[in-house]
Amino acid sequence: MRHPSLKQPFVISSIQSVLGPVPVVNNFMTFADWLGTARVRCGIKRENYMVDPGLYAFGSPDSESEILVTSNYKLSFDSLRACLKEKSFWILVLDTQGINVWCAAGKGTFGTAELVSKIMSCSLHRLVKHRCLIVPQLGASGISAYETREKTDFKVIFGPVDCRNLLEFINNGKKSNEAMRTKTFTIADRLTLIPIELLHYIKIGCFLCLLVLIISGLIGSGTDLENVKGEGLFIVFGIFSGILTGAFWGPMLLPWLPGRAFSVKGLFIGLICALLLLLSRHVFYGNPWSWNEALVWIFTISSVSSYITLNFTGSSTYTSLSGVKKEMRWAIPLQIIGFSCGMVLALVTIFDK
Amino acid sequence: MKKVVYLRNVSTLKLNTDLCVGCEVCINVCPRGVFAKENGSVKIIDLDACIECGACQKNCYTKAVQVRTGVGCATAVINTALGKKGSNCCCVVEPCNSDSQKSSIRSSGCC
Repeated sequence: MRHPSLKQPFVISSIQSVLGPVPVVNNFMTFADWLGTARVRCGIKRENYMVDPGLYAFGSPDSESEILVTSNYKLSFDSLRACLKEKSFWILVLDTQGINVWCAAGKGTFGTAELVSKIMSCSLHRLVKHRCLIVPQLGASGISAYETREKTDFKVIFGPVDCRNLLEFINNGKKSNEAMRTKTFTIADRLTLIPIELLHYIKIGCFLCLLVLIISGLIGSGTDLENVKGEGLFIVFGIFSGILTGAFWGPMLLPWLPGRAFSVKGLFIGLICALLLLLSRHVFYGNPWSWNEALVWIFTISSVSSYITLNFTGSSTYTSLSGVKKEMRWAIPLQIIGFSCGMVLALVTIFDK
Repeated sequence: MKKVVYLRNVSTLKLNTDLCVGCEVCINVCPRGVFAKENGSVKIIDLDACIECGACQKNCYTKAVQVRTGVGCATAVINTALGKKGSNCCCVVEPCNSDSQKSSIRSSGCC
């Protein structure tokens, strides 16, 4: 079996085991690790953020030490080693192609076959005297404990959902309580997921804005520059407000927005945004808007916001595929109709001038 | 803390009490508190909380739990409808390869 490379930046030394040298990992996050975390949280080069799969040592483990299983997404691996403190463990990293435990379990790469193959190739039978592995509970949708036991004699114990509870779980006789077993979706959880969504839509928004500024310069009522500064900038403001509403305020206020369907929550916050925008136009620009213009913003911002918030279902931790499909069957057509109405009205408004 | 719940009455989760031996594995692997033991037998106490992740089905050795698994991700459903393949992007719904669930659709997660 080939061991993971000793040249990875978080490897501080190696220890000799019955299997040869095993890399020992740093027990804290360095500045570079935090920087990497921040980078992938913004969605930059996220696809390739991985560590070598295989066996690692944490502290100075021996044949009695527990074996913890994780994925080879560096973010998952880092969060595990950052919460182990002074104890010693073996860490078995499965090859999930840089995908986190829960998603990889859903995909099947964090699965029984991969676990069994790593148990065999890392010769865990020779490494430790016990026959027990601690697998993150969210890996249970990919890993079957009874099949693993049948094939390898290793007993899979599902640990807590959040690795920050791991030491408490072990001290508790490897038993989890209901709080440890339950996946929450707190405001902090949502905040960490927002940048990636927001930046994704801002990229699309920038392109749209460029287009709008050019078009407004060409076809508005005044001179080129006046149009860009007037109508053009207002539309840019509108586009970004729509994105910010759907990708930031929607997820942030998720549990408090009315309705169960994400698209309804997005629609609601989008309507509020459109009304605030129209109000701000009145206050800052001083010129009243026509009903046509008002409807343009109400239709476009609320449908865009509704669509973006609907897409947050994937980041959320409490939606099901059946539910999402049911919601999409009526939400997507309505969003398309709403957006089209907005666009048609926008054209009518422009050519009316 | 109050549990946040998505749409009602959509989950495909089924528990066959005739096959259930009450080992409580489903209770232990479910991240949503869907199952509980009442009067000595396991019951589905909160079906609407189910996210169809399939952890219970995967770990039930008597096959008493059945669910059409998938991840609730609109982007995945859209990507699949647009014909994108899931080799490196995780946001697609993939046909499930497992024999026991041939008819079901398995979605990979958005991560």
